[in-house]
Amino acid sequence: MIEINLLLIFIIIAAIVAVEVKDLLSSVVAVGVAGFGLVISFLTLKAPDLAITQLVVEILCLIILIRATIKVDLPFSTSGRWLINTLVSIAFIAVFLSYGYKALLSLPVFGSPLMKTSDFYLSETLKSVHATNIVSAINLNFRAYDTLGEATVLFAAAIGVMSIMRRKGRLTNKNKDNESE
Amino acid sequence: MNQNNGMSVIVKTVTRLLAGFILLYGIHIVLHGHISPGGGFAGGFIIALSYILFMLAFGKEEILKRVPQPMISLLESLGALMFLAIAVFGFFGGYFFANWLPKGIPFKLFSAGTIPISNVALALLEVSLGLFGIFLVLVLLKFAPLNEEKTKKK
Repeated sequence: MIEINLLLIFIIIAAIVAVEVKDLLSSVVAVGVAGFGLVISFLTLKAPDLAITQLVVEILCLIILIRATIKVDLPFSTSGRWLINTLVSIAFIAVFLSYGYKALLSLPVFGSPLMKTSDFYLSETLKSVHATNIVSAINLNFRAYDTLGEATVLFAAAIGVMSIMRRKGRLTNKNKDNESE
Repeated sequence: MNQNNGMSVIVKTVTRLLAGFILLYGIHIVLHGHISPGGGFAGGFIIALSYILFMLAFGKEEILKRVPQPMISLLESLGALMFLAIAVFGFFGGYFFANWLPKGIPFKLFSAGTIPISNVALALLEVSLGLFGIFLVLVLLKFAPLNEEKTKKK
């Protein structure tokens, strides 16, 4: 348990550094540090599937963010209605924390095995699906609807961004504008 | 050194040696998703990362030559349609997402019915998403000077 707490404190410190540091590249590196702390905490909680996926996605995000930020240093907008913004965020955090406290009270203790549904998966996977990776069997056999929704969300996001950021359409529109002018 | 030509000779040589192995490792993780930890999501991103390593070492033009953008769109649509087709073909076994293929022996590569095929479909989706991330970055970084060039030519 103690290493999980240490890792969580490490992740929180990295997140605070990522928010507070002025340089955008250092902020990206701090976000990466928080992500790798999450990878190690997944490993200590004995979830190698999640750890592999998180590690790979983390590397990809880090590469993309560094490639995107290495040239551009975007300024942070800190001016404006800071009083209202601070009050709204404090009120939101207070509401979130109070509801989160109430929700956490009704959960079982962290780390205690809860064998209502997972017992079925553990006993039935090897017999009925013949897959030795139970996580994969749950993702793609027992709860395939979830994965279908996930894939649909990813597909829709990619299609949306691709149609907004594509190069050809924008250029032809600009050319048309120039011609009409 | 010119940025478009990528990094130094050392990096290029090491990348030429390593990129293929990373690609193979990604394919291994995808195909063994139902036996060992991993699966379509992680393996697909590892395959995409091998291409990204190639791009970082050799520059943008080289990867655009090898993997054109219509191919990415094709891969992505193929992955999504394949996953949906697996779900619909489940009606042969009685219901949506039924695992109707022969199950085989556990710990063998061809076992667990439709799960390996679903892993491959998800991997195709993830590869295209990961590669698509590169093109997003390329477009983001290249967009402003490209417009200026076009207007200058006019």
